[in-house]
Amino acid sequence: MNTRTKAETYRYLYRTMKLIRSVEERLARAHMEGLVHGACHTYVGEEAIATGVCAYLQDDDAVFSTHRGHGHAIAKGVSPHALMAELYGRETGCSNGRGGSMHLFAPEIGLMGTSGIVGPCILQAVGAGYAAKLMHTERVGVTFFGDGAVGNGAFHEGLNLAAIYDLPVLFICENNLYATEVSFSYASRNPSVASRADNYGMPGVEVDGNDVLAVYKAAGEAIRRARNGEGPTLIECKTYRMRAHAEGMGESGYRSQEEIALWKDRDPIKTLRDRILEDDLIATDDLKTIEAEIKTIVEEAAQFAADSPWPDGQTAISHVYQEE
Amino acid sequence: MREITFTEATLEALSDAMAEDPSIFVVGEGIGERGGNFKTTLGLYDKYGPMRLCDTPICERGFIGMCTGAAMAGARPIVDFMFMDFILDGMGELINQTAKMQYMSNGRLRMPMILRGCIGIGNSAATHHSGSYYPIFAHIPGFHVALPSNPADAKGLFTTALKSDDPVFFMEHKLLLNHKGPVPEGEYAVPFGQAAVVREGTDATIVALSVMVYHTLEAAETFAGEGISLEVIDPRTVAPLDVDTILQSVHKTGRLLIVDETFMPCGIGAEIAAQVTARGFDDLDAPIARLNGAHVPTPYSPALEHAIVPNKDTIIQAIRDLLAE
Repeated sequence: MNTRTKAETYRYLYRTMKLIRSVEERLARAHMEGLVHGACHTYVGEEAIATGVCAYLQDDDAVFSTHRGHGHAIAKGVSPHALMAELYGRETGCSNGRGGSMHLFAPEIGLMGTSGIVGPCILQAVGAGYAAKLMHTERVGVTFFGDGAVGNGAFHEGLNLAAIYDLPVLFICENNLYATEVSFSYASRNPSVASRADNYGMPGVEVDGNDVLAVYKAAGEAIRRARNGEGPTLIECKTYRMRAHAEGMGESGYRSQEEIALWKDRDPIKTLRDRILEDDLIATDDLKTIEAEIKTIVEEAAQFAADSPWPDGQTAISHVYQEE
Repeated sequence: MREITFTEATLEALSDAMAEDPSIFVVGEGIGERGGNFKTTLGLYDKYGPMRLCDTPICERGFIGMCTGAAMAGARPIVDFMFMDFILDGMGELINQTAKMQYMSNGRLRMPMILRGCIGIGNSAATHHSGSYYPIFAHIPGFHVALPSNPADAKGLFTTALKSDDPVFFMEHKLLLNHKGPVPEGEYAVPFGQAAVVREGTDATIVALSVMVYHTLEAAETFAGEGISLEVIDPRTVAPLDVDTILQSVHKTGRLLIVDETFMPCGIGAEIAAQVTARGFDDLDAPIARLNGAHVPTPYSPALEHAIVPNKDTIIQAIRDLLAE
């Protein structure tokens, strides 16, 4: 990533965010059409975080994610085809239809799983950091989690363990202000997540999570520290979920229209696009080409998912244990 | 054959495996320089250092989750809980994460993780240091559960656990840790899912688990003096459970008693009874009997503690009842 020119970097960041957004908008439609069978939590509005962090990661760096994990999967390299097919419950999905929206696995490229339980991903990333240090590799463990996980014991135990063993781990808190519909201001007397890093003796950084360049910069420094054996970092990314907690849920009144409008104005993709044009880094036509290309990919992915075979019911009992 | 203790037997298997495989590491409270509360890692810290003998804060959920992630990333963690009771703080990690990762990744992730610790009632350890809980783990898809009852099986089953790519519970009864017995030198593995017929007989089959094997063998000796021949079976692992060996025995004896210190409802005895009834109904000459510890938390006073666990006398009575059916 560090060998990219500035324009290439901006192109990469823009393309990745736009791809995540487009796939999810298509998934939201598919959910309404009944093609997505279970829950579907979108990442719309938060794309800058996965994009900015994963831009630095290699395939063998391990990412542990949440129920809102489509963006992390795509940013880590899962194809829109494999992601959409997974939500459609098909054999060609990244978890071969075993997981759906909340259980995306592609360990061969370091997506070690998204999860339906809040908290465990924090501890597992610490474990990946432990394994990296034990086996003398330069791998890092990265966990994404929401503000809802901050009040969970896994946050405390995980940060403490990573700190005392000096592990190469990035703790990325996506503070979108609400855990489902419970506000962080209700759930915590301390409005800052980043400040908690002090409690564990590690650096804590707060960034604008809707500014992909700010995320990219903070993550770059944290990964440099991790790979240099300087230990973990906590990064709090302030952001906002632009859609409901899950597809099919409405706005029940837990957040105001003004607040929603304010954050929609701060859409991370629009913000980067404006900046690219302002700084004349990529020509408008080039951006349009990228956008058209993504549109095609997403339509192809949706078609691929719809055309893919269902998994064979006979396989539903395999892989509970290692098989010879 | 040389004789060593149960704990020395597992330590030998562990030390040999750690010498061979640098991805094995142990976590727990006091398992580093101290060598473990029960000497389960004695001397290993000097050989393998702090990353491989990792002392932890008291945060079971945290280090179970950490070890789950480490296993996903290619290491081979061993969690030494000291007392298995402490594992309960990490049940969500174990059941929702550790047990499911291989399945959810469709076989792409491996979960080579050992969860070991002492179990069982004895020594007035009282309610938070006497639990066993293995029926709970045997209920969950994805786990193996080993219950060695003697030093040779302890080494053999621990060796198999060390080579397994699945999560393995290794439950060591506190009253067995200092038992001495013959143990083969060098590499010695006992496969999972193979029960041991520890005493052959023809009049009734007694399945006994963990420390109950000893009480049952003493009871069998008493009956031998009366001319009654009992077959005693130690399943050695309850997940997988070797029902075939039990069925073969019941085919011969027609009568079955299961002696288990853990609770009766939904327990290992219930599972054995259901499977033997389903597959060996015609062989049974009497209803299958169970003898369990009382369905209560564990009290402290020796007088109370003694009252809730099967012992030689209650086992003898249960066998007399079975034979009278």
